[in-house]
Amino acid sequence: MTKAIKTRLLVVGGGPGGYVTAIRAGQLGLDVTLVEADRLGGTCLIRGCIPSKALIHAAAKFESVREAASGEGTLGISIKGTPKLNLAETVRWKETIVKRLNEGVAGLLRRAKVKVVAGWARFSDAKTCVVETAEGPVTITAEHVVLANGSEPVELPNLPFGGPIVSSTEALSLQELPRKLAVVGAGYIGLELGSAFRKFGSEVTVIEAQDRILPLYDAPLVKPVARWLDRAGVTVHLGAKVKSFKSGVVTAEDASGKLLEVKADTVLVTVGRRPRTQGWGLESMGVDMDGRFVRVDDQCRTSMKNVWAIGDLVGEPMLEHKAAAQGEMVAEIIAGHRRRFAPVAIPAVCFTEPEIVSVGLSPAEAAQAGEEVTIGQFPYAANGRALSMEAGENGGFVRVLVRKSDHRILGIQAVGSHVSELSGEFALALEMGATLEDIAGVIHAHPTLSEAFFEASLHGLGHAIHI
Amino acid sequence: MGQYSFKLPDVGEGTAEAEISDWRVKVGDRVEEDQPLVDVMTDKATVELTSPVAGVVRSIAGKPGHMAAVGSVLVVLDTDGADEGAAAPAAEAAPPPAAPAPQPQAAAAPAPASAPQPPKSQPAAASEKAAPAAPVAPAVKSTAAVRARAAASPAVRRRAEELGVKLQFVPGSGPAGRVSHADLDAYLANEPAAPSAGTAAGSGYAKRSGVEDVPVIGLRRQIAERMQMAKRQIPHFSYVEEVDVTELEKLRAHLNATKKPEQPKLTVLPFIMRALARLLPEYPQMNATYDDEANIVHRHGPVHLGIATQTPRGLMVAVVRHAEARDLWDSANEVSRLAKAAREGKATREELTGSTITLTSLGPLGGIVTTPVINRPEVAIIGPNKIVERIVVRDGQGVVRKMMNLSSSFDHRVVDGADAAEFIQRMRALLEHPATLFI
Repeated sequence: MTKAIKTRLLVVGGGPGGYVTAIRAGQLGLDVTLVEADRLGGTCLIRGCIPSKALIHAAAKFESVREAASGEGTLGISIKGTPKLNLAETVRWKETIVKRLNEGVAGLLRRAKVKVVAGWARFSDAKTCVVETAEGPVTITAEHVVLANGSEPVELPNLPFGGPIVSSTEALSLQELPRKLAVVGAGYIGLELGSAFRKFGSEVTVIEAQDRILPLYDAPLVKPVARWLDRAGVTVHLGAKVKSFKSGVVTAEDASGKLLEVKADTVLVTVGRRPRTQGWGLESMGVDMDGRFVRVDDQCRTSMKNVWAIGDLVGEPMLEHKAAAQGEMVAEIIAGHRRRFAPVAIPAVCFTEPEIVSVGLSPAEAAQAGEEVTIGQFPYAANGRALSMEAGENGGFVRVLVRKSDHRILGIQAVGSHVSELSGEFALALEMGATLEDIAGVIHAHPTLSEAFFEASLHGLGHAIHI
Repeated sequence: MGQYSFKLPDVGEGTAEAEISDWRVKVGDRVEEDQPLVDVMTDKATVELTSPVAGVVRSIAGKPGHMAAVGSVLVVLDTDGADEGAAAPAAEAAPPPAAPAPQPQAAAAPAPASAPQPPKSQPAAASEKAAPAAPVAPAVKSTAAVRARAAASPAVRRRAEELGVKLQFVPGSGPAGRVSHADLDAYLANEPAAPSAGTAAGSGYAKRSGVEDVPVIGLRRQIAERMQMAKRQIPHFSYVEEVDVTELEKLRAHLNATKKPEQPKLTVLPFIMRALARLLPEYPQMNATYDDEANIVHRHGPVHLGIATQTPRGLMVAVVRHAEARDLWDSANEVSRLAKAAREGKATREELTGSTITLTSLGPLGGIVTTPVINRPEVAIIGPNKIVERIVVRDGQGVVRKMMNLSSSFDHRVVDGADAAEFIQRMRALLEHPATLFI
């Protein structure tokens, strides 16, 4: 016999979009049910942001130990012997973090009095779904439905996932270090993981169809990353389309039709992610699509009354913080508040070596928008804190882009070690509508990397102190 | 494209700041050289500042009532705005570059449609269909967003959303036009109140609601401050005498009937001015200014006669310089010229400062008695009231005469009552026997 649940709000998906929606709705006193087939936490917590950052951290640690063990050592530190990596143990450590966050989310949902149903939901109409749970099917009907189904890695038809061909999900749980790793796609996921495996000791080759790496960022931002890849011995083939993977060889073809062969025992395919729109009855809900995505307005309403969609399902950028912000907003709208999704900027961070941050307009976008801009820039090489942590020589800088007439900040980009931690101040500046004078008028603590932002602002005003 | 920052010039001797009284332009306006930009007010005068260059107004600083320091930037102009204006339509006409999107929605919609299969978060697509157009999609969206929106903190934006206010219509007082909570408050305060629902049963009259807050700024603030100072510092005493102006009115009617066409019509004011000019040398303590901090009374040789003038923006005192050297016609001309200038806001600083004694007349609204407030630091003010025909007793007979009261106030610190009384009695004698005005 089928169990039935009637709820005010049904949230589909326990990722950062869905669980934030559910918690906020619970805080606002709504009766909320959340359905998740996997563990709570979604791509971000389980197979994305967090686990990849854990591996990137472990890789950096391993690299520094290896530096100390090679030749003269590093910074006067040397050790005898050869450092060894047990990747299975590293992955287990990563799992403890994932587990902790996963349990944390479960606890938060409990506290917000959200009913969690574990299983795969399949919709029969816009407000009704059946969830196959371990205890049998449960029918859920709801007044409001929030779709937060997320996204999944895109597969290449000629390189189907399976065996040695892996997506980012499997790459984060490899039990043995690949000796030769081929990374197909030089976007941020491919380069983050490829760089980490290079630090662990894999031989890494990157194959990219376009003629540049990290096409989302402009050339000066990408240059330090390209330089690191080069120095670290990562081979990068640009303008090469992958044809096949047979008996340990990836075959690719460049623009002139020349064939390229790359030996690999593992092939990581990171050619993007697509919204998860298949396999759960979206087609019977009667919502309009917008290309591959579910079409929503600036309140995340779909074309079906009281059906809402957020996060990766509704479009670029596919980022945790966007999904969470939309989820919070939708919960509040359902609770009767007036809200609109209209951020000035959604920061994008890339955890390559070194890291890249971009918030707001890039120089090209500003030009396209007809803005006359002034640029202030400050190099890491002139920042004391950067030098003190070996971050001064990798080409890092902070760049601030302002409207010439009134100095309002339009965009901030930076590349450099640990620069991701500056993204909050960058986003704050944009959201508050700050001008160069505002940043230049804030005393930034010394010695910190944040001084580079301050100095870039002074540079924009024409009077940087330290360059 | 050049840019010109228009700074507040030094508008008067030793002025450190001036109050913005009225903007003549708004952001986006095109201004020609010498076109008025803003009116600012110093202690006394309103000065119209004109643009030294032609261009398009990019930003303006401060709202009416705000004080601006000399040297601070008031207006930023794009100086070859002509090019900009011409460039915009050209850009729209040009097909190839993705036309600048006027609205976020419009920009966002077509982009994903044009982007085929490959994912956009990682456009490093190794698949067959590499789509370089794809990564542009979010970019275009954010571009349009920054342009279309007013700068405001997330908290202000959220509140505006809850209030249903579109922030792009709210004037921002912050740098780069940033909108603050206070700006939003001010905007809301100026919104017309919603029509009140229903009327009291049967009366047929609608109830009214709402309170209008009128900021005391500009000229009003100066009037308020000066009046307050005058009443706080000066122990006023007032003295009223009635004057038989029958003869004076006869003379005035005659002069008006026989005047040359180019001569102005005479009111009673030029005669009173003449009387003052004639009499004041004998009463130097009246034509004086009292510096009560230095404890000095400056007794003035010339009679610079202040004429209280009602203007659309409030009370102003225009100054007829050297009234002692002007005849009736000249005085009448000067009064009407100054009154016009003051009413039109075109009086210069010199025309509004430096009086030594003031005349305040409400003309036909003059009433029976007034108790005028002294125009500090002066020490005396004379206010003629309206002329009426009254029955008065002459030689035991009731006769109809044209009578006018003369109200006056004096600073009792430096003018004694007996002197004031004598002075007004002498005024009366002069006005009752108008021939004596001219000997």
